[in-house]
Amino acid sequence: MRHSIFSLVRQAFAGNQGWPRQWRSPAPKRAYDMIVVGAGGHGLATAYYLAAEHGVRNIAVLEKGWLGGGNTGRNTTIIRSNYLWEESQKLYEHAVRLWEDLSQTLNYNVMYSPRGVMMLAHTQHDVQSFQRHIHANRLGGIDNEWLTAEQAQAFCPILNIDPTLRYPVIGAALQRRGGTARHDAVAWGYARAADALGVDIIENCEVTGIDRDASGTVTGVQTSQGAIRAGRVGVVAAGHSSVLMEMAGVRMPLESYPLQALVSEPVKPVMPCVVMSNTVHAYMSQSDKGELVIGAGTDAYTSYSQTGGLHIAMHTLDAICELFPVVRRMRMLRNWGGIVDVTPDRSPIIGKTPVPGLFVNCGWGTGGFKATPGSGHVFAHTLATGEPHPINAPFSLDRFRTGRLIDEAAAAAVAH
Amino acid sequence: MLVIPCPYCGPRPELEFRHAGEAHIARPADPSVTEAGAWAEYLYVRSNPKGRHIERWRHASGCNRFFNCVRDTVTDVIEATYPAGEARR
Repeated sequence: MRHSIFSLVRQAFAGNQGWPRQWRSPAPKRAYDMIVVGAGGHGLATAYYLAAEHGVRNIAVLEKGWLGGGNTGRNTTIIRSNYLWEESQKLYEHAVRLWEDLSQTLNYNVMYSPRGVMMLAHTQHDVQSFQRHIHANRLGGIDNEWLTAEQAQAFCPILNIDPTLRYPVIGAALQRRGGTARHDAVAWGYARAADALGVDIIENCEVTGIDRDASGTVTGVQTSQGAIRAGRVGVVAAGHSSVLMEMAGVRMPLESYPLQALVSEPVKPVMPCVVMSNTVHAYMSQSDKGELVIGAGTDAYTSYSQTGGLHIAMHTLDAICELFPVVRRMRMLRNWGGIVDVTPDRSPIIGKTPVPGLFVNCGWGTGGFKATPGSGHVFAHTLATGEPHPINAPFSLDRFRTGRLIDEAAAAAVAH
Repeated sequence: MLVIPCPYCGPRPELEFRHAGEAHIARPADPSVTEAGAWAEYLYVRSNPKGRHIERWRHASGCNRFFNCVRDTVTDVIEATYPAGEARR
């Protein structure tokens, strides 16, 4: 059923009892042309673009848990493209362009809201770093502008710019086209659209091994629901990428850390934008439900525990209370963790691996949500053609050997 | 928050320590003749296991010494700590 004002009205008069299931729940076939491991946003987007743009429809997306239950459902939904280097700007801007009409493309409301992302500068070093980003972005054709502290407060009225703060706000970089989207809807929208094109999305199907023939080429995967053959396998497994790649004997330049977020009780609209601060480590926005969505930092040590240390969240709340005194007496409702796979240069790895037929899309670290459509789009190209798209060519696994790193440690925003 | 048993000072809260990455990674003896792949392996590639993991910590707010720690990365339970330089456990 296509979603439209007419279907909405018709279902409303029918008591909303007639909505069909949004995607099938098929049993896995014995063989597919391609397998995508991981039904998060990036994996589902990959499958959708493979089916929609490359005509590859005999695909399975294998998910060990439930659809969108990993970092896709755990992140703070921030979208922006104001990265420092040309390679990153092209990648993230590609994603922002796809975000802009994603709801129409998928016929599913992903609630993309370009409400502006403001990054606060608290020290002279921040000012220089952000202005460098602004100049680099201007050369790359990406909007990013400098605000004074007063202008920053005008853009976000609850921001405290008192100069006596321990880390006073002395300016900000604003990307007006940045914003947020509904993370669950992104996974559901891609799943529904991919399913409609014939893609099998198989939940509760954990990949336990990667099969290879005598020449080393990938022939399929072993799963908790039996062996499935495929000519090409794309691993899109976020925090578990190292574990999956190890099954094919590939060691990765990745470390997995818990990253936390928390939400407050819902309140009326108080915050019209996203505010981030690398220096005091806090970022916050308000969801459409009214909850304040707060992102904390990663733990100091690698872990797969999907929880973070309480002191990490406390540190962020200290900073939030200082920057936004109005929220000091609010209650936090939920606090959770996800496992993020961090690369040495804080840029993702999207492309081929030393194993023929095995492809990987990982290393998004603390900031992968914003790239979901672009990541899926270029990875689908890579899987379909066997070669990277020009946009993801610089993000090869090989760059760690050649030394052509793409250092985005300053743009990545989350302290790690 | 972890409680980490420093081999020199005894159990202390995690806040006193700095994590220093995977343990037992040896710098290639002669970088000038080390092939790029091996150098990349030393600099960037990490085992990142889900389960038993050996890592380095530094007791920054205590004795300030490095030591090694065996920890399970799923449960975060610490199996043992031992001085740097000792054989891998």
